[in-house]
Amino acid sequence: MGGSTVLHLPSGPAGVIAKLHPTVLFNICDSYIRRNDQQERVIGTLLGSVSTDGTVEIRNSYTVPHNESSDQVAVDIDYHRSMFELHQRVNPKEVVVGWYSTSSGVSGSDALIQDFYAREVTNPVHLTVDTTFSDETASIKAYVSTILSLGERQLAAQFHEIQLDLRLLEAERIGFDLLKKTMVEKLPNDLEGLEQSIGRLQNMIEVVFRYVDDVVEGRIPPDNSIGRYLAETISMVPKIAPEAFDRLFNDSIQDLLLVLYLANLTRTQLALAEKLNTAAQIL
Amino acid sequence: MATDGVVVPTRSFAQAAASEEVSVPLRVVQIDGLVVLKIIKHCKECMPALVTGQLLGLDIGSILEVTNCFPFPSRGGEEDEEEADGANYQLEMMRCLREVNVDNNTVGWYQSTYMGSFQTVELIETFLNYQENIKRCVCIIYDPLRSGQGVLALKALKLTDAFMDLYRTQNFVGEKLREKSLTWKNIFEEIPVKISNSSLVSSLMTELETDAPATQCDFDRLVLSTNPFMEKNFEFLIECMDDLSMEQQKFQYYYRNLARQQSQQQIWLQKRRTENAARKQAGEELLPEEDPNNPIFKPIVEPSRLDSYLITNQIDNYCSQINGFSGQSFSKVYLMDAFHED
Repeated sequence: MGGSTVLHLPSGPAGVIAKLHPTVLFNICDSYIRRNDQQERVIGTLLGSVSTDGTVEIRNSYTVPHNESSDQVAVDIDYHRSMFELHQRVNPKEVVVGWYSTSSGVSGSDALIQDFYAREVTNPVHLTVDTTFSDETASIKAYVSTILSLGERQLAAQFHEIQLDLRLLEAERIGFDLLKKTMVEKLPNDLEGLEQSIGRLQNMIEVVFRYVDDVVEGRIPPDNSIGRYLAETISMVPKIAPEAFDRLFNDSIQDLLLVLYLANLTRTQLALAEKLNTAAQIL
Repeated sequence: MATDGVVVPTRSFAQAAASEEVSVPLRVVQIDGLVVLKIIKHCKECMPALVTGQLLGLDIGSILEVTNCFPFPSRGGEEDEEEADGANYQLEMMRCLREVNVDNNTVGWYQSTYMGSFQTVELIETFLNYQENIKRCVCIIYDPLRSGQGVLALKALKLTDAFMDLYRTQNFVGEKLREKSLTWKNIFEEIPVKISNSSLVSSLMTELETDAPATQCDFDRLVLSTNPFMEKNFEFLIECMDDLSMEQQKFQYYYRNLARQQSQQQIWLQKRRTENAARKQAGEELLPEEDPNNPIFKPIVEPSRLDSYLITNQIDNYCSQINGFSGQSFSKVYLMDAFHED
């Protein structure tokens, strides 16, 4: 793409960032797995929002059936329309922002599909997810297109790759452990999760300790910026006088104990009431 | 599918096959990672409104696979119109999804909840509605607020069979409950949840996983200000307590009336007996020992125990949330303590 040309080139949409939600990725993978027999790739519509600074947020997607032969593409437009209407009823804020396909790059027929989506939204984003892992990595790319024109005549569409921000925050919230294994037998409960997090925190502190020790003993050349970060982090810990902290600490412990006691008392009461209710003989 | 005009699909082959066999109890609900993400997305976006959606999947023996889902549009507006509209939406959505080879089989529904306050009569009603059409269905409950604390607050519920039988007869008197030894713990049954991901997703996620040692989930978990959550929990608990004591008053009232009636009946019977004894001596015909027309023999209806059962369930739920939560807080407080000693 992007070879030099003497034709009139509209200025490329520099600085456009596409943010991708993990739900969309999962959806695309699922649709690829469920594709029809002998279907090469799956395409679909991307829904989301475009903010004023040009950032495109891709939040939802759905598959659109299509047919492809060597030089022809038929997209089921009715399907796209009705599905879009259905999605609108749930979340009217999500509009069409582009489309996806499960291929490793841009191919010739993509221009035609891009053309169709350009009628739905100005500057549609084209997202490609390489579900075949053709070069051993899962390459996920986003493009926008600009139209090359010679005078009034449109010659071709040019795809520019744009920066793609994989917003995996939601996935992080759930935990990668749950999403990257093919089977998770049991959901972690409150305490197990906390244990994990504390363990990770401990590891990090250890790493920092080791680093600082190494620097102090001259085993590693000191790095000023790391040192500054560390100092900043340490200064984040609020300074509380030991007595004040003890008081705070004891207070919260007391509060918690009280709360725990009350909760357990309530439960005992319930159990007792239950026994009385079922045991009581009504004459 | 679209022509027969039923909201919930007619039984598919898999279900028909399953019902032919001896029914195996449902043991595990296996949810796709996609479904988890979709549910979370929908519930979070619509907060604080509570939302619901349909679950699609397959029923395989003792495992119920949930492979896809779609949200319902949030309610509002005219009831009747809404209903017809909602049904249309559901049909249309399922038709569309089937076209792209998604499992076209309703297995239940999901809903968001606020602090776990989901044990309501509505939930039971919805469940029975679903149950009429599909033999095995679950309700997945997601709590967006609790999930903000770094736990995946997702659970799968179903009603117990014993409770469903009883609910159909609407007979929630003490005697019947004792007979079936049904306690408030037996209303809902939590089914263990498994999460599955396709190999494709799994490899993709492994690739995309960030190297950062701490993730958002860790930050959420280690937040120290836990009081607002705790306060809310207690607020709800207190409300429930008030409700429960109201229920209790109803029962007291009932028992008092019952006792009064019974003593009245005794007095009347006594009178009748002495009268009969007198008649016997006089050789007259005996009067019956019962008089259905007398108002004191009119049975007093025992109030339903369903509400108090549900409230009890609710209270238990809050208590366990508080328990789990304070456990977490203890750890956090001690963690802070350790930090300050350093």
